[in-house]
Amino acid sequence: MSGLRVLVPIKRVIDYAVKPRVNRAQTAVETANVKHSMNPFDELSIEEAIRLRERKVPIQEIVAFSAGPTKSQDILRTAMAMGADRSIHVVVEEKDPQLEPLGVAKLLKKVVEEQKSDLVILGKQSIDDDASQTGQMLAGLLGWPQATQASKVDISDKTVTVTKEVDGGVETVKANLPMIITTDLRLNEPRYASLPNIMKAKKKPLEKKTLKDYGLDEQPRLKTVKVTEPPPRKGGVKVDDVDGMISKLKELGAL
Amino acid sequence: MASLSRTFRPLARAATSSSRTLRPAFTRTSPQARCLSATMPRREVDIADIPPTPISHLSETEMLMADSVQKFANDAILPKVREMDEAEMMDPAVVEQLFEQGLMGIEIPEEYGGSGMNFTSAIIAIEELARIDPSVSVMCDVHNTLCNTALLKYGSENLKKKWLPKLATDTVASFCLSEPVSGSDAFALATKATRTENGYKINGGKMWITNSYEANFFIVFANLDPSKKYKGITAFIVEKGTPGFEISKKEKKLGIKASSTCVITFDDVEIPKENLLGNEFEGYKYAIGLLNEGRIGIAAQMTGLALGAWENAANYVWNDRKQFGQYVGEFQGMQHQLAQAWTEIQAARALVFNAARKKEAGEDFVMDAAMAKLYSSQIAGKVSGQAVEWMGGMGFVREGLAEKFFRDSKIGAIYEGTSNIQLTTIAKQLQKTYTR
Repeated sequence: MSGLRVLVPIKRVIDYAVKPRVNRAQTAVETANVKHSMNPFDELSIEEAIRLRERKVPIQEIVAFSAGPTKSQDILRTAMAMGADRSIHVVVEEKDPQLEPLGVAKLLKKVVEEQKSDLVILGKQSIDDDASQTGQMLAGLLGWPQATQASKVDISDKTVTVTKEVDGGVETVKANLPMIITTDLRLNEPRYASLPNIMKAKKKPLEKKTLKDYGLDEQPRLKTVKVTEPPPRKGGVKVDDVDGMISKLKELGAL
Repeated sequence: MASLSRTFRPLARAATSSSRTLRPAFTRTSPQARCLSATMPRREVDIADIPPTPISHLSETEMLMADSVQKFANDAILPKVREMDEAEMMDPAVVEQLFEQGLMGIEIPEEYGGSGMNFTSAIIAIEELARIDPSVSVMCDVHNTLCNTALLKYGSENLKKKWLPKLATDTVASFCLSEPVSGSDAFALATKATRTENGYKINGGKMWITNSYEANFFIVFANLDPSKKYKGITAFIVEKGTPGFEISKKEKKLGIKASSTCVITFDDVEIPKENLLGNEFEGYKYAIGLLNEGRIGIAAQMTGLALGAWENAANYVWNDRKQFGQYVGEFQGMQHQLAQAWTEIQAARALVFNAARKKEAGEDFVMDAAMAKLYSSQIAGKVSGQAVEWMGGMGFVREGLAEKFFRDSKIGAIYEGTSNIQLTTIAKQLQKTYTR
């Protein structure tokens, strides 16, 4: 069996530790001069791909992919410093129409076909718009099986066993390759890119492309009407014991 | 243009004998290259034509590594900082992780198993580590900028092949210069070396030796011919476990407690010929050169410390502590202090990064390094002290890190050349330039 060709799509988002702020016009979140980094769920995807290889699952190639502004190359370099073999960057500048999950899924379908990928590992969601749609849509477009919110992945031969986190427990599913997996927090702990690997990543190929190269001209289907911050959290109260808590909850009409 | 103005300088001097317009230190001509640095200067090409960029500008790789080190320091070191300080002991797991991350071989070329990065990368790493823990930072600093550099720059091919791969992966190094009788007057050192049939024999003692508890590899300066005075000083490599070599008292300190500082004694320590570092009687030159650039590392440790102390306090005054119905950081008196401190930190960082870039470019950086180290240690002391006050009671207790940053900052004015020694270095150069 020739090795697997793994595709890991990643996204550049506002760093998880930064508090996002809505712009004055209430049309979007401020992105200028804000620290960005790789979507944390995507770090899990990269890490899982590398760990599969380290566990001797025959993997021919791990390709990191991102669509976004020029700066997205930073996260592709990070992915390669972590262990991806090469990367593809589709330039979508901030002034261009932004891709929605369906647009990304259509783009990824083309990439999967071009790269002849047989396993796509995506973050279950990106922490900026929290849509949680791309992986599922891609599976739909490709007609591939999917396992979302993975907390454990096993691959033997062509069969993939994925443990998924669902309400109230875990669900174990089995499917044959090719397939789509989306990652959840407990899947692994992503490594830090070590210094020697950062240097090695410099030499790994990063291919620049445009939407046109993939024959796509996606226009947004949604119009953002208004963006507002969540209402400020009201201070809580401390209760002395369980009885105190129950009476407080009753008082608030929650019980 | 540069050479032209230089040619005319004597003329200009003669013309302006009042010396009021004589400001040679600030002629913006291309500086003369005089390299005392370890890494190859990137100066095969003339950098005069390269468009100047902001000093704070980092290359893509440097940015990536800053990010990675920051993350590592936050996740892997921060939870252990308080505990290590109280125990006055570096957690061996932290040392191991530093090696794993490639942080102990930053400038060691890839063919020797290192990270193969540039000097400024080392500076960035030292700063990022110090933001979280100045003790871990100094371990990394001494190991990289003094010891690895010494070997890279002066070691024979055999020594490099033998030691660099170890220094990059599992062996902590230590730099033994100071003695009870010799600190600022480093060349007054009394440790002696004598030639033997197969090599050398070292006798004497060292004091204030950073990393000595964890280290297995020691660069030792000893005088091979006291009749030559300081020109007899020679550098040797001594392995831990060599008979007669003993690490004795471990100092209890005010700050950077997790970084080990020990007394070392040499009692007829015999080492083979191959353990000579560089050439005999050149040790004093090596020591000067290494300390000149090592100083930039300490400066980075201090700016990192100042950043860490400032951020720690800023988070508290702008997010946690309310008095008189508002965050204490909203009072103008506080805001102005925070703004002033931030400005001073950035001024110090500009000196540090400028010194690092000048070193990399192969320019003379001795005065820049001295200024960077002097100023950043002053700012670190000042800001970390203020930060304790800004945080009030929470700054004073040993629960948080504010008081630790304050204690840790004091060493900055002491090691790798005290503040007074830096001032002397700066003044001497200025006087040389301005003496007609």
